[in-house]
Amino acid sequence: MPEPLPDTHDTLKAGGSGGVITESSAEVSIDALTAGSTDAQRDVKKLGFGFWLAVGWLGLLISLAVLAPVLPFVDDPNLSQADALEAPPSGEHWFGGDDIGRDVFARVIWGARVSLFIGVAAVAFGFVIGGTLGLTAGYFSGRYERIVIGAMDIMLAFPALVLALALVTFLSEPGTQNATLGTVTLVLTILAVPALARITRAATLTFAQREFVTASRALGARNSRIISREILPNVMPPMAAFALIAIAIVIVAEGALSFLGLSVASPTATWGNLIEQGRNSLDDTPWISLFPCAVMFMTLLSFNYVGDQLRRYFDVKELNV
Amino acid sequence: MARKQVTLTRSDVDAGTPLLAVEDLRTHFLTEGGTVRAVDGVSFTLERGRTLGVVGESGSGKTILSRSIMGLLPARNVVRTGSAKYEGTEVAGQSHAAMRGLWGTEMAMVFQDPMTSLNPVMKVGNQITESLRHHLDMDKGEARETAIALLRSVGIPEPAQRVKEYPHQLSGGMRQRVMIAIALACGPRLLFADEPTTALDVTVQAQILDLLSAQQTERHMAMVLITHDLGVVAGRADDIAVMYAGKIIEKAPTRVLFSSTRHPYTEALLKSIPKLEHTSHTRLDVIPGRPPDLVSPPDGCNFSPRCPYAQPKCFVEEPVLEVGPGGGHEFACHYPVGTPEGAEALARNEAASRAGVSGGVA
Amino acid sequence: MRYIGQKAVQLLVVLFLVTFLTYLLLDLLPGGPEIAALGPGATEEQIAAFRAETNLDDPLLVRYGKWVSDAVTGDLGDSFIRNTPVNELLGQRLVATLQLMLYTTIFSLAVAVPLGILSAYKADSWFDKSSNTIAFGLLSVPNFILAVLLIFLFGGQGLLDWFPAATYVPFSEDPYEHFHHMVLPVLALAAGQIAVYMRLLRTDMISTLQEDFIGVARAKGMPTRRILLRHALRPSSFSLLTVAAINVGALIGGTIVVERIFAIAGLGSLIVEAIFQRDYFVVQGAIVVIAVGFVLVNFLVDVLYAVLDPRIRHARAIA
Repeated sequence: MPEPLPDTHDTLKAGGSGGVITESSAEVSIDALTAGSTDAQRDVKKLGFGFWLAVGWLGLLISLAVLAPVLPFVDDPNLSQADALEAPPSGEHWFGGDDIGRDVFARVIWGARVSLFIGVAAVAFGFVIGGTLGLTAGYFSGRYERIVIGAMDIMLAFPALVLALALVTFLSEPGTQNATLGTVTLVLTILAVPALARITRAATLTFAQREFVTASRALGARNSRIISREILPNVMPPMAAFALIAIAIVIVAEGALSFLGLSVASPTATWGNLIEQGRNSLDDTPWISLFPCAVMFMTLLSFNYVGDQLRRYFDVKELNV
Repeated sequence: MARKQVTLTRSDVDAGTPLLAVEDLRTHFLTEGGTVRAVDGVSFTLERGRTLGVVGESGSGKTILSRSIMGLLPARNVVRTGSAKYEGTEVAGQSHAAMRGLWGTEMAMVFQDPMTSLNPVMKVGNQITESLRHHLDMDKGEARETAIALLRSVGIPEPAQRVKEYPHQLSGGMRQRVMIAIALACGPRLLFADEPTTALDVTVQAQILDLLSAQQTERHMAMVLITHDLGVVAGRADDIAVMYAGKIIEKAPTRVLFSSTRHPYTEALLKSIPKLEHTSHTRLDVIPGRPPDLVSPPDGCNFSPRCPYAQPKCFVEEPVLEVGPGGGHEFACHYPVGTPEGAEALARNEAASRAGVSGGVA
Repeated sequence: MRYIGQKAVQLLVVLFLVTFLTYLLLDLLPGGPEIAALGPGATEEQIAAFRAETNLDDPLLVRYGKWVSDAVTGDLGDSFIRNTPVNELLGQRLVATLQLMLYTTIFSLAVAVPLGILSAYKADSWFDKSSNTIAFGLLSVPNFILAVLLIFLFGGQGLLDWFPAATYVPFSEDPYEHFHHMVLPVLALAAGQIAVYMRLLRTDMISTLQEDFIGVARAKGMPTRRILLRHALRPSSFSLLTVAAINVGALIGGTIVVERIFAIAGLGSLIVEAIFQRDYFVVQGAIVVIAVGFVLVNFLVDVLYAVLDPRIRHARAIA
C-alpha cells in the first residue's frame, strides 16, 4: 500500500529547530494532512502502546507543571540551597543542583510551565486567527483566497528564526534584551499564523468540494451555516492532531530563543536558558544541561508522536467516508 | 552488461514441445479478507507462431494469468501452484532474479495503458535502447540505430526525431506503438498483449491490432491476446479461451467457438454484443447478476447463479473442462449449449419462470 | 528559455518586496537606531543631529529608494557600533556560514537519499521500521540540544574528545583542521534534515514504485538497481527538491544557533549580535543578503525542475 503523499509532519519539521514552522510551497505536502495516507490501512488502526506511553508522559509533565507551586517535592526554582551547590543527582535533589545551588528538577518543572504555556497559547491564538483565515480562504476562494495565500506565502518565505529574533528584540524595551512572556507569545503567534492558515485551508479545500457541501447549498443553507455545521466539524479532528505537532514546533522555537537569551528574562527558568547555562560546564556538572535536554526531548517526542498517530487515526476515518 | 545467462536449466527441446505449456496453474492472494483465488486451475498449450485469445470480464483472472506465467507477481502473500513450462523449462514459481533473464528476451508484455506505462521523465529512445544495451550488449550507436528501426517498423513516422522525444509529446496511439517496440526490441518468442487497445480510440484500435499481427507473423512469435472484447479476438486469434472466475470454461479454435458455442457464458457474451442489424433502441442482452466472490466462490459451477441453463446438478457438482466429441473443443458444462441436454435444461427453466416458480435461475 | 525568463522576473519582484518589507518593518518597530547609536542618555539635539545626518526624517519611500540605489552599487551603509561598512562585515562573515550550509546540505542529502531509496524498496522490513523510528526521533531533537549532546559525547567536554567544539578554521589556513572543526556543527544541523529528507524520499519512492512504468521496466528485465536509480529516483525527487529549497530558510535559522554554540564567526552570529546591539544597517544588510540568497536558491531550484522534468519545459514552451 503506497503512502501517496509526503508526511506533513516532515515538511513542518524541515530544518529542525531553526525554522519555527516551515512548509513546502508544493500543495502536495500540506494536502497530505487530509488526503488520507493509505498506509494507515495497513498500520495499526488502534492507538498502540507507544501512543499511550507518550500521552502518559505528557499528562505527567502537564500535571507537574500546573501544580508546581503547590507540590511539596518541587522546590523554589530561584532559591539557592547550600547542599545543592553543584551537587550531582541525589535523593534530595533528583536532577542535582546548579552552579548557584538551585534545584535543577524544580527549575526544569518551572521551565515546563513557560514552554507549555507559550506553546499552547501561541498555537491556540494562531489557530483562531490563522484557522479563520484558512477556513474562509478555502471556502470562499477567488480573489480573497489568492490575497490571503499570497500574504501567507510571503511570510513563510522568510527564515523564521531571524524574523522571530528581530521581532522579539525590537518589540522589547530598548536597551534590554529580555522579553516578557506576552511579547514572546505574540511573536510566536505571528509566526504560527501563516502555516496554520495554509494547513486549515488545505483541509477545508478537501471538504468544501465534497457532495455534502454542495447538497447543503442546494438546500439553501447559508454560508455561515455550512461552515459551522458541515465544514468545521470535519476539519477539527485533523486540525486537533495537527495542533499537537504545532505545539512541539513552537516549544522548540521558544527553546531556541531562550537559548539565545531572547526569551523570558533570566532568573526565570526556561528550558532553553537552562540548557544554555549548563553547556559550559558539561565536563564537571553535565546534569545541569543534560536533564533539561532529556526532559525537553521526551516532551517533544511525545507531542510529535501523539499528534502523528492521531493524524493517521483521523485519516483512516476519512477514508471510510 | 552481457546477455544474462538463463539460470534455469533447459531440457532438450524437441520439435514436439510446445512453446508454452501451462498445467493447473493457480494463483491465490492472501489478503485480510481471505484467500482470493484469482487464477484457479488453468491449463493450455501454445505453439510458436500461434495466437491465443483469452477473453473474460474484469475479475475473471485473465490479467493475473499472464502475470503469473511471466512471474511478475508480488513476492509476498502470493501462493502459486501448478506448472508453466516455457520451451520445456519450468518457470512457474521461479524467483524474480531467475526470471529476469527471460523477461524481454524470451517473453515480453505489452501493457494496457500507454499513458502510464512509459516513464515520463525518460526519453522514448532511451526506454528502448536500455533493453538493447542490457540484454543484447549493444553499444550506444548500434542501439540507437536499432531503436530507430524498431520505431519505424511499428509505424511511427519520423523515428529519428521521436527517439529524442518524451512520452508526453506523443499521442496515445503512438505511445502504444512505442510500448510494442519496447516489448519486441530483444526479439521475444512469446508476447503477452494485455488489453493493448482498451485505452485507445476505436479508430486506432484496428491499427494497433493489425500491427501486432504483422509483427507476430514476421517474427514467428506466439502471442497471448488478452481482452474483454470478443470483437478484438474474432479475426485475430487462432484459438480462444474464455475465462470466468479464475478458470477456463471454454476453449476452442476461433471459428468453432463462434459457430458452435457450448458454454452458456460464452453464448451470453456473444449475445450481448450489439450488432449493426439491430434497430435503434433494441434492448441489449445483458448477463444478470455479478461475478462471483473470488474468496468464497459458490459450490458447483461458478457461473450457475447467473446461468439460464442451470439445473440442480450445477449448484452441487463443478463441471470439468473436457474435450467434447470431435476433439479440439474444450468446455466445462453439464448442460452445454447446442446439445439435447442443454436445450432441455433451457426449456425447463423457461417454463418454470413463466409459471412463476424459481427453478434455479438467479 | 521563456520559462527561465519568467522565473527571473519573479525573482526580482520578490527581492523588491522582501527588502521593502524588511525596511518597512524595521522602520515601524519601536526602539529606533538613534537610541542604539547614541545610547540612552542622548540629548534632544544629539538625536536631532543624528536623524538629520542619516536622513531619518525623510519619507519612507524616499529613504527606501536611496537605500536601494546605494545597495545596488554595493553600499549598504555603515555599522553604527563597529564603524565599518556593512558590506565589509558581511563579506568577512559570509564565507563561514556558506560553508556550513553547503556541507550540511551535501551531507544530509548524501545520507538521506540512499537511506530513503533503501527504505522504500524494503518497505515494512525491519530496516525500514527501525530507520523510520530513528528518523522520527531525530526530528524531535532541536538542533541546539543535539549540539550540546554532541559536544558532551564527542567534543571533549564529557566523554570523548574526538572533535573540537569551538571556533572556525578557514579552509585556506588548514584544510584538515577546517573540516575537523566542522564535523560537530554540521552533524548538529544535518541530523534533522536527514530525517526529513529520508522520510520524504521514502514516501515519494514508494508511490512511484507503484506506477505502471516501473512494472514495465521490470517486465523488460531491467535489474533492480537500475530501476531504483534510473527509473524511480528522478520522478520521486521533486518533493525533495522543493523541501530542500524551503529548507534553506530553516537552515539559516539553524546556523544562528549553531554558530553561537560552536563560536563560529559567521553570518548567523553576526545577525544575533547586531540585533542585540540594535545595529540597524547591519541587520538590514544581513537580512537582504539572506533574502537574496534565499530567492536565488529557489530560482535555481525552479530551473532545476525544468531540467529534471521535461514535461515542465515543454508545457511552458507551448503555453
